[in-house]
Amino acid sequence: MYDLPEQFSAFGEARQKGFLTVKSVKEAGGMVAGVFCTFTPLEILDAAGFLPVSLCGMSDEVIPAAEAHLPRNLCPLIKSSYGFAVSQKCPYTYFADLIVGETTCDGKKKMYELLGKLKRTYILHLPQGEDPNALESWTKELRRFIAYLEDTFSLRITDEALREAAHMRNRERQKRMRLMELMKLDPPPMRGEQLASVLDGAGFLFEAASREAKLDSLAEEVSTQYVAGERPVSASDKRILVTGCPIGGVLKKAVGLIERSGGTAVCFENCSGIKAAWQMVDADAPDIVRAIAARYLEIGCAVMTPNAKRFALLERLVDEYRIDGVVEVELQFCTPYLIEAHPVREWARGRELPYLGLETDYSQSDAGQLSTRLEAFLERL
Amino acid sequence: MRYAIGIDIGSTCAKTVVMDETGGIVRRMLQPTGWSSVDTAEAIRAELFREGVSMEDSRCVATGYGRVSVPYADRCVTEITCHGRGACRIFGTDELLIIDIGGQDTKLIAVEDGMVKDFVMNDKCSAGTGRFLEIMANTLSLRPAELCELAAGGGSTSISSMCTVFAESEVISLIGRGEKRENIAFAVVDSIVKKVVSQASRIQSDAKTVCLTGGLCEFDYLLQTLSQQLGRRVVSGPDARYAGAIGAALAARKLLS
Ligand code: SF4
Ligand code: SF4
Repeated sequence: MYDLPEQFSAFGEARQKGFLTVKSVKEAGGMVAGVFCTFTPLEILDAAGFLPVSLCGMSDEVIPAAEAHLPRNLCPLIKSSYGFAVSQKCPYTYFADLIVGETTCDGKKKMYELLGKLKRTYILHLPQGEDPNALESWTKELRRFIAYLEDTFSLRITDEALREAAHMRNRERQKRMRLMELMKLDPPPMRGEQLASVLDGAGFLFEAASREAKLDSLAEEVSTQYVAGERPVSASDKRILVTGCPIGGVLKKAVGLIERSGGTAVCFENCSGIKAAWQMVDADAPDIVRAIAARYLEIGCAVMTPNAKRFALLERLVDEYRIDGVVEVELQFCTPYLIEAHPVREWARGRELPYLGLETDYSQSDAGQLSTRLEAFLERL
Repeated sequence: MRYAIGIDIGSTCAKTVVMDETGGIVRRMLQPTGWSSVDTAEAIRAELFREGVSMEDSRCVATGYGRVSVPYADRCVTEITCHGRGACRIFGTDELLIIDIGGQDTKLIAVEDGMVKDFVMNDKCSAGTGRFLEIMANTLSLRPAELCELAAGGGSTSISSMCTVFAESEVISLIGRGEKRENIAFAVVDSIVKKVVSQASRIQSDAKTVCLTGGLCEFDYLLQTLSQQLGRRVVSGPDARYAGAIGAALAARKLLS
């Protein structure tokens, strides 16, 4: 069996092992910022000397704890994230000196208010769509954030540090893209589930140089083996584009099922996939803060209204990755994505692309149903 | 003799269809699934063996939610694909909109050129399924078929809740209020039909034939209201409850050659 155990497991285990790094960072006097969203301007945290760590909840074990404060009919990602904080079960949340949230969906916004009672929380006011003032106000918002960090933590965030951070994050994005673009090969050189766990895990490798080296060496190794004739994925597998909500918490369930039913997820448009990596910051722009603001505003997320950018991206990915079918993963009660599922379905219909929407949560109770849907969908392709 | 066997293990009933090599149906079998799909599958094999249909020479395809519990099946295919194929054969067309009201779930399947083009399925909840009808019938001390017959003479009442648990308490309070049984029966059927109609709005199909498959296909009144509320004539027939098994048998026949 073709497998790259070491290279892949370095990423798979990163989340579990990473907290030791975080602990030593803290012991050495460093600071940790908990983040939840692709819109968080990482460069600012980097430049301020914070270690940004994703606190997105991916498991349902703490949902009962969250439901003591939150309604049941709320997206599992929000409940799980909050649950980890209240139950103090997540070391990363525990170590965070600051939590950074954005005004994205209503559920998150209001959850941050409650989180603010447990932890020092800063909310960035993200523009809600493509309005003519968006760039102006988001740039101002980022400057305000910089001033807040400087005042609160007595530090200086220089333009040089921001530019350096932008270069570093750009490099990481390029390396992520390089790995994802290997999936354009037909048949692809790895399973989508493997790719996704690497993309997720990379965020928990906190040292930039070693993270970059690991991403490079994995891409290298995967290509070498492919050139040497290894074909881990059957050529008859259907090429699936995955879009919709963040899938970290349903990876095994949704992507695993696709890949056990005759498909391979060759492209993830979601957060942590292409959407989060394909655009670079213009690190040499005269106004670096504005350049950072501009880059993040380009993200095509359903919390934006309208959200034409997502459709432009989907349109391109379908051709570039020679997609046979689109699977949209929707987390239960996620209003923005569930509503946008309709135009996505219509778009797929217009392109004569088979489309399947899956609404699911972090539990295992719908696994049987999901597998029937996915199998039937793949039988149809 | 070599046979093509299709077994559809649903949540309430297991349907078996045996075809000869020419595709003619030589045997149909129906039995309750019971609590163990594995035992049901074994019972089917034993029964077929008694009738001279041996698995060795034949090919077998399993479908339905218990499809993975048929150890002797040569292949598993989902009930969605099987219903599509089976219904095409039963209704003699390859352009179809299928409404399948099953025990656990209700699905709508659009078929074009004999291929499943799109489908929608209810999520976890049992509103609009056979199970919903069964629970409501029980509450009224009726059998599902009786409930549907009674409903034809009722009217003027409705159940507002889509959730089975709440709907059941609504039915109980209607009984308590002394509402006529036929009116309550009417409301139950109406609620199922409304749920199906709302699902139908999520699928696109211009197919001339709309058919009802699954365990409720012989309930005339259901067909009638469904047709009315959909604004399209819905057809069915005695073989329609075997649609999944027939589709599976057709797939098994391909394996024979
Ligand atoms: S889906 Fe949108 S709101 Fe959610 S993490 Fe991604 S960018 Fe942020
Ligand atoms: S998945 Fe949807 S509801 Fe959940 S946090 Fe993201 S945008 Fe909000």
